[in-house]
Amino acid sequence: MKVLVPVKRVIDYNVRPRVKPDQTGVDLANVKMAMNPFDEISVEEAVRMKEKGIASEIVIVSIGPAQAQETIRVGLAMGGDRGILVQTDDAVEPLAVAKILKAIVDAEQPGLVIAGKQAIDDDSNQTGQMLAALLDWPQGTFASAVEKDGDALKVTREVDGGLQTVKLETPAVVTTDLRLNEPRFASLPNIMKARKKPIDTKSPADYGVDTTPRLSVVKVTEPKKREAGEKVADVDTLIAKLKAAGAI
Amino acid sequence: MAVLVLAEHNNASLNDATAKTVAAAQKFGGDIDVLVAGHNAGAAAAEAAKLAGVRKVLHADAEVFGHLLAESVEALVVPLMSGYDAFFAPATTNGKNIAPRVAAKLDVMQLSDITDVIDASTFERPIYAGNAIMTVKSADAKKVVTVRGTAFTAAGDGGSAAVETVAAPAGPFKSAFVGEEVAASDRPELASAKRVVSGGRALASEEQFKQYILPLADKLGAAVGASRAAVDAGYAPNDYQVGQTGKVVAPELYVAVGISGAIQHLAGMKDSKIIVAINKDEEAPIFQIADFGLVGDLFQVVPELTSKL
Ligand SMILES: Cc1cc2nc3c(=O)[nH]c(=O)nc-3n(C[C@H](O)[C@H](O)[C@H](O)COP(=O)(O)OP(=O)(O)OC[C@H]3O[C@@H](n4cnc5c(N)ncnc54)[C@H](O)[C@@H]3O)c2cc1C
Ligand SMILES: Nc1ncnc2c1ncn2[C@@H]1O[C@H](COP(=O)(O)O)[C@@H](O)[C@H]1O
Repeated sequence: MKVLVPVKRVIDYNVRPRVKPDQTGVDLANVKMAMNPFDEISVEEAVRMKEKGIASEIVIVSIGPAQAQETIRVGLAMGGDRGILVQTDDAVEPLAVAKILKAIVDAEQPGLVIAGKQAIDDDSNQTGQMLAALLDWPQGTFASAVEKDGDALKVTREVDGGLQTVKLETPAVVTTDLRLNEPRFASLPNIMKARKKPIDTKSPADYGVDTTPRLSVVKVTEPKKREAGEKVADVDTLIAKLKAAGAI
Repeated sequence: MAVLVLAEHNNASLNDATAKTVAAAQKFGGDIDVLVAGHNAGAAAAEAAKLAGVRKVLHADAEVFGHLLAESVEALVVPLMSGYDAFFAPATTNGKNIAPRVAAKLDVMQLSDITDVIDASTFERPIYAGNAIMTVKSADAKKVVTVRGTAFTAAGDGGSAAVETVAAPAGPFKSAFVGEEVAASDRPELASAKRVVSGGRALASEEQFKQYILPLADKLGAAVGASRAAVDAGYAPNDYQVGQTGKVVAPELYVAVGISGAIQHLAGMKDSKIIVAINKDEEAPIFQIADFGLVGDLFQVVPELTSKL
């Protein structure tokens, strides 16, 4: 089974995002970028499936600027086989990403797409579900375990009340949650090897997808700041303060 | 204008997230209908009919809706949307699972996790783990929105909407429910609790998490939360995770025990009314947002606090 893994280049999760003074967005100039952490989990899952003989080939896809090629290389160094970069400098919304991915799925015919549950920049949590809908495929979102069950997949999902297990016909879309696995670090030899793995460069137009945004940003502002609090000396003071504040 | 609201419920009763989503829909404007898709969910539908400001309740009852799987709910909602200008779902795991499928089928861009409705096409939502607030205008004819519950005050009771039955779509569907692990608890529900006590990596084991965090929570009548590190390490179940990629809470009192205050954790709790932090590192970032910070060893401080409350 071929597995397709879409990976997004985003701000590194350790960086504190700064809002631009002109309120047009978040300042990404000279900011460290990385693969979206959920997408590392997706790549890891695909690689483990390949190691178990379930996956035959892993195709890593990214839609973004030329530098997204580096993000694909990270996935190839972790064990992906080849990459597809859909290059554009425009911001591409989840709906358009899903449409591009659908076109790639139509061409590549994978048995499984493993996406992240959420990109940590836009916090949309949409793309995998949208792709599944466009393909009329079933989905196992927020996965903490994925198991092959004959021709089907058993996916355990992290839900509000605990865990839910669903059975999906394949082909299917899975989106990954934090507990699915712990992604490996690519070893130096594998990083070297990944440099020789092929990456196809395409454009959204190659897939006939119009990426004109449906949403326009009116403004981006700083969140409300919390007032600095106080340190209390001991438990008795804490209780007195909480009582005075009406909290207990 | 008319809005279709997806109800969050467990068949027997309505979850608080529904009334909060109705409140967001009221701000959007127009007639509000609530869709209760479930199995033997008459009680939940009756409860939805009592919400203030609801025009009618659409009740779809079928075995396939017993666990609100996205594929069948999408098939139910999409044809209904010809009569609506907007679809509002709570930003619960059900809402997040279902709404984007509806949006894609309607060819519209979803607005996720909104915290305010400015007008019928303009919404506010947090991005970058709540480090930026985006005001965004949608050019789509129909709006598909998920609603962050903590940002809206639940719609009250006092309505008496009619309940209409709608037919379930014909299957078969490509997904099936297999099972669930849901722990029953007498504690308040995390997402809507008035008080929350959360434990972090410092608890160091599941036993100590139970031994130190639970009695304090019980003394306060609080729900229990956790950081990602505590969940990853198995000290607490996954549904306790508070943060950017877990639950968002805004209780009157939030007590963070042995949690450093990473931005991903703050994203889920910084709108709490009063924040208490207990941490042995006086430089821990959590103190920068805590109203009351106590520098100390939790293994001493927490039992003392629990016994003195
Ligand atoms: C994609 C992504 C998503 C994430 N989503 C979330 C999320 O939703 N929620 C979330 O919480 N995190 C999330 N994280 C993780 C986050 O970045 C932090 O790693 C995590 O919040 C740290 O948990 P912690 O504070 O319990 O652990 P640590 O950062 O290790 O902090 C432990 C704290 O305990 C204190 N301590 C130690 N011993 C004692 C003692 N005896 N008494 C008192 N204090 C003590 C230490 O001083 C320290 O401050 C996410 C990360 C990524 C990459
Ligand atoms: N530009 C992109 N390129 C590749 N994959 C993407 C892109 N945007 C989103 N994705 C995938 O969709 C997931 C969810 O993103 P989002 O819906 O934006 O929160 C990510 O974890 C990726 O797997």
